[in-house]
Amino acid sequence: MAKRIDVSGLDAYYGKVHAVADVSLTIEPRSVTALIGPSGCGKSTFLRTLNRMHEVIPGARVSGKVRLDELDIYAPDVDPVDVRRTVGMVFQRPNPFPTMSIYDNVAAGLKLSGVRRKSVLDEAVERSLRSANLWVEVRSRLNKPGASLSGGQQQRLCIARAIAVEPDVLLMDEPCSALDPISTIAIEDLMVELKERYTIVIVTHNMQQAARVSDVTAFFTISAPGEPGRLVEADTTRKIFSNPAEKATEDYITGRFG
Amino acid sequence: MRRRKLTNRVMGVLIAVTFVLALLPLFSVLWLTVKNGSKRFDAEFLTHSMKGIGATDAAGGAYHAIVGTLEQVGLATLMAVPLALLTAVYLVEYGGISRFAKIVSYVVDVMTGVPSIVAGLFVFAFWILALHQPFSGFAGALALTILMVPIVVRGCEEMLRLVPSELREASYALGIPRWKTILRIVLPTALPGLVTAIMLGVARITGETAPLLLTVFGADAINNDPFHGPQSGLPLFVFDQAARPNQVAVDRAWAGALTLILIVMALNVVARLAVRRRAAH
Repeated sequence: MAKRIDVSGLDAYYGKVHAVADVSLTIEPRSVTALIGPSGCGKSTFLRTLNRMHEVIPGARVSGKVRLDELDIYAPDVDPVDVRRTVGMVFQRPNPFPTMSIYDNVAAGLKLSGVRRKSVLDEAVERSLRSANLWVEVRSRLNKPGASLSGGQQQRLCIARAIAVEPDVLLMDEPCSALDPISTIAIEDLMVELKERYTIVIVTHNMQQAARVSDVTAFFTISAPGEPGRLVEADTTRKIFSNPAEKATEDYITGRFG
Repeated sequence: MRRRKLTNRVMGVLIAVTFVLALLPLFSVLWLTVKNGSKRFDAEFLTHSMKGIGATDAAGGAYHAIVGTLEQVGLATLMAVPLALLTAVYLVEYGGISRFAKIVSYVVDVMTGVPSIVAGLFVFAFWILALHQPFSGFAGALALTILMVPIVVRGCEEMLRLVPSELREASYALGIPRWKTILRIVLPTALPGLVTAIMLGVARITGETAPLLLTVFGADAINNDPFHGPQSGLPLFVFDQAARPNQVAVDRAWAGALTLILIVMALNVVARLAVRRRAAH
């Protein structure tokens, strides 16, 4: 569990558009790494290259290396399906499967990978919902539709769904941007708990959030519209928010730009 | 301010009037069919054929035609739905912007515009004349399939496109392969819409007369075997009876039309209930 991610010389494209240029970054296990930066700086795109979700979009491609411990996930003999099983993802908008109950949503990853034993599924559903701090709220209505929950609960349901397949890494793409402050706090507390077991990478627009939950912060930006996004610097969150090495980072953090 | 309110009023009335105008033909057709059709819509009509019925006899019925229609439409649906659904899945999930997908999409568009008599002529020329097959319900079903496929492809395609890409991504991100995502996430999510699309196709072909003329041929007696020999069908029955100069025949034609409407309605209701039951689980 909890693997190190080692990115070197990564470029990402959408067709002819060069979205992210030359990113090298090491993400430590059992920590929360926050990716911050202005809109369009490529932080979400970068995040999606870490579990090969980027290439789901027609015309999208990646060059460079991403290693998960020793495994090069872009090696020709690696199946993206296997990568995604090890690197889970939570999206900006809660997206529970609308045709499925709460139980089935959490069990979906396991069920669709061929796990049939009810006892195994029951155990995984309870464990995942407990980890996502949702168990107490939903245990009496597991067979109700996932869409019947509130937005914040739905997002925790999606987190439970992602960790039910026991990934090594959890990627979160602005997981709180569609949620109210109370739900946001709940998810943030959850991240702090989950980093004991997972490598967590979170994209956020909210700098306070990055400061609250992350151990390491990576700042991305674009030099001009149409230019690819680049990694400006990555360091401990404390350093980035108090004494960043780059002027651009300081300008962004202090709100002078972006 | 007053002007805006006035415009709002006028537009509101205009919309209501056009709505009524649009519904008027529908209801008048329904009303006429029920009024004229109920005269002969009885047990005998539903259980007897036209075999041995004289020109001015008030007896006889459409049982043979009901059997024919159910078999022809059933066979056509069995052939058209898998083909159409797979085509729609290809276009939405796999085709993307590829050349082949564009060609398929174009062919479907062209097929949508094929006049129904041409579909019948095609099956007549190909299946009956060239391959020396007999007139049969199956030949009619082939012609109906040609008409049904493009309708169902277009309908299903639209419904599949309505499934948010977020759901596909959520599934991929769980390490679920694409084919399983389609089978277990995309299709179930789109199911109610897919059923609607299929029922639209069924409703459309159930009323088709022209493609049956040259393929099913028509018959007065009961033929339960859709693969051998001429059959009747409700549209053919109505077409045949309505053209006769006797009131008793015209009454039978109206009853046949009523039966046709009721069959399509019943199929719709059954399909919807089936979907709802599944969703409740």
